[in-house]
Amino acid sequence: MDTAVEVRDLRVLRGGTVVLPGLSLTVPAGKITGLLGPSGSGKSTLMRAIVGVQRVAGGEVTVMGRPAGSADLRRRVGYVTQSPSVYTDLTVRENLRHFARVLAVGQEDVDRAIATVGLGAYADRVVDRVVGRMSGGERNRASLAVALLARPPLLVLDEPTVGLDPVLRRNLWDTFHGLAADGATLLVSSHVMDEAAECDLLLLMRDGRLVAQETPDGLRERTGTDDLGEAFLRLIEREEVTA
Amino acid sequence: MSWRVTWAIAMRVLSQLRRDPRTIALLLVVPCVLMVILRYAFDGQPETFQRIGPPLLGLLPFITMFLVTSIAMLRERTSGTLERLMSMPVAKLDLLLGYGLAFGAVAVVQTVLLAIVSLGPLELETDRSAVLLVALAVLNALLGMALGLFISAFARSEFQAVQFMPAVVLPQLLLCGLFVARDEMAGWLDAISYALPLTYAYDALSLATSAASLGGDFVLDVLIVALVTVGALGLGALTLRRRTA
Repeated sequence: MDTAVEVRDLRVLRGGTVVLPGLSLTVPAGKITGLLGPSGSGKSTLMRAIVGVQRVAGGEVTVMGRPAGSADLRRRVGYVTQSPSVYTDLTVRENLRHFARVLAVGQEDVDRAIATVGLGAYADRVVDRVVGRMSGGERNRASLAVALLARPPLLVLDEPTVGLDPVLRRNLWDTFHGLAADGATLLVSSHVMDEAAECDLLLLMRDGRLVAQETPDGLRERTGTDDLGEAFLRLIEREEVTA
Repeated sequence: MSWRVTWAIAMRVLSQLRRDPRTIALLLVVPCVLMVILRYAFDGQPETFQRIGPPLLGLLPFITMFLVTSIAMLRERTSGTLERLMSMPVAKLDLLLGYGLAFGAVAVVQTVLLAIVSLGPLELETDRSAVLLVALAVLNALLGMALGLFISAFARSEFQAVQFMPAVVLPQLLLCGLFVARDEMAGWLDAISYALPLTYAYDALSLATSAASLGGDFVLDVLIVALVTVGALGLGALTLRRRTA
């Protein structure tokens, strides 16, 4: 199994408090890895460290064989932050055109990204609307489209489905499976446990530590429940008993 | 850095402005209206208008560009788009020059319009060419932009960014010599004024619009304003970090 991301002894402090006390994990290539855990467990911080925008206090993060944040990784890692990072005073198309110029990709990549996130379906009407006047779900998808522009082999998506209705969530997960089938590695965070079943591998985090690294089936077997949310709770209970 | 990325950022900043016609109108119309007010406020003392009008023409773009740039950059920082750009193949210089190019272009339009109104219907007179006056005004606009980019790093909200205008700009305006000759100020204020870039900007403007010869003093003034602009851009680059806490 090829490794896309390797994190070793990652230590991150934010504002004097320890967010990641020394985290080690690996993310396999070409699969969807779910990063799950309660709010404040350090998921976003880990993702920022993988993308190379987080100041770290120690440890190593290796992304596709290079230290995280290396200049030659900047076009190979697509990153979507929790709140949509697009210009709200521009239309979707203007946003994409800007980032396409920055990334030196062409119009066909803009069209492909729009189609992939399902914003092209309304025959050009949505993409020519100013982002600030769009719904939360549409903004999320606009932000995701930017990350897809340069066809990055690694996508780091921080809670991309938060606040979306079930139909949109279904559509987005279909998109993610399609991207993985084309060979991309996806690291997707969520605090909704029912999304865990969509992933090939789960990383369960709590208080900056890795509680488990399992496939959904492995986790069900280990905890003796089909409900992945319940499984996570049981794991935490066990950990507290042994601690 | 790359010209492609610099150009992309400049075009994007301009299309954001284009989406905001009210801001464009305010940027272009307000300085002209202020000049009209000044002209008729000094209706009884035309010589005062002739004395402070030309330097003010060159200083107004400084103020507006400072304000516009500090807020535009603050938005870039708080909307997450700066972080996104920093995770892409974008050099800090691309970003700063992109903003410089876009707002520099706005400053040219703004000052040309202001010069047309002032030197035309308002009958402001300058002893030298209007082109020199406009060029100095654009230089000052770039100074305001560079300071605004730098200051935006210290503002957490748009409220704070707006308050930096009176904090950073007004003292310089009061001390630059426009309202009171600097040698008539208290000694300690005069001393402080030497450390403020707008003092040199005003000095260059008053030399450029009076009958005095453009000697070494003028060249030195322009040089200082240009150097402070580059320095502020450099400091601004330091506040743009790829990795943040």
